[in-house]
Amino acid sequence: MTQQKESLITDEMRAVIGKESEPITYEIDNTGCRQFARAVGYTDPIFFDEAAAKARGYRAIVAPPGFLGHPVMVPGKSTPRGPESLGFQTSLRRVLNGGTDYEYLDDVCSGDVLTGAMKISDIAEREGRLGQMLVVSTETTYKDRAGKTVCIMRGGFIRY
Amino acid sequence: MTQPTFEAVKEGEQIPTVTLNCDSQRLVLWAAGSGDYYQIHYDKDFAQGTGLPDRITHGALKHALLGRMLHEWAGEKGRVQRVACQYRGMDMIDRDIAAKGVITAKRTENGRNLVDLAIWTEDPTGQKTTPGTATVALP
Repeated sequence: MTQQKESLITDEMRAVIGKESEPITYEIDNTGCRQFARAVGYTDPIFFDEAAAKARGYRAIVAPPGFLGHPVMVPGKSTPRGPESLGFQTSLRRVLNGGTDYEYLDDVCSGDVLTGAMKISDIAEREGRLGQMLVVSTETTYKDRAGKTVCIMRGGFIRY
Repeated sequence: MTQPTFEAVKEGEQIPTVTLNCDSQRLVLWAAGSGDYYQIHYDKDFAQGTGLPDRITHGALKHALLGRMLHEWAGEKGRVQRVACQYRGMDMIDRDIAAKGVITAKRTENGRNLVDLAIWTEDPTGQKTTPGTATVALP
C-alpha cells in the first residue's frame, strides 16, 4: 500500500497563481542573434547578416525561434526575475526545465526592445524518478514598444 | 532548398531531420547564447553533486534545435509560428540529438495557411526525449 505523502503545495504557493510580475526589459541585438544562431547550428544568413535579412523582407537581423533577447541587468537595480519574485517559495533547491512553448504573433528582430511580464499559471506535484517534485507552469507575455504582444512563452520548471 | 507549399505538403509526411552533437563546447556556446549558466550543463562535479550521472544538455537547446529544423524546412517564405516541447528524458552530454517532425494537420486561419506538426528529439538509442507540437505558416 502506498503511504499518503504530505502535499508540497502550500496556501502561500496557491496565492501566487495568476499574479503578474513587474515587466522586465529584453534587448535584442545583432550579437545576441548571431550568438544564439551559432549555438544552435544555424547557417541561414538572416540570423547573421543585416543585408541578407533585409533582402528577405525583414527589418533587421532576425532573432531565431526561441531567442527573445537577454534581460537588461543592472547589478543592484534590476527587477528580480523568476517565480521567487512573485513570492513563490519552496525548500526544494534543485531545478529542471519541464517544457517550453513559444507562440509567435510577429517577427522578432535585432533592435527590438521587448518587455516580458511573467505569471505563474499553475502549480502541480508529481512523483518521479527524482522523488517528489513540484511542477510550476509559467506564462510570459512579450510586448514591443507599441504595446503589441509579439510572443507568448509558456514554460514549466520542476523543483525537486 | 526547395520551398514547401501548403498545397503540396501532406499529412503524415516527415520533414527532414536535423542532428546536432551536444559536446561540452556546444553546451558552453548555448550557455552564452541563451544566458543559462546553470552549472549542471558544463561542470561535471557540480552535476554529479545534484545526483546526475554527468552533465546534461539544456532542454531549451533541444527546443531551439526543433525550431531550427522547422525553420530550415519552412524555407524562405515560411514562418515558424509555434514551437512547444516537453523535456521528458535527459540527454547526457556528448550525444547526438536528432530533431524530427511529422505533419499532423493542415488548416487555414485568418487567411493564413498553417501546418501543424508532431515534433520530437531522439537520442542515439531512438528514445524520444523531447516530444512536442509545432505550427508553421506556409505559402
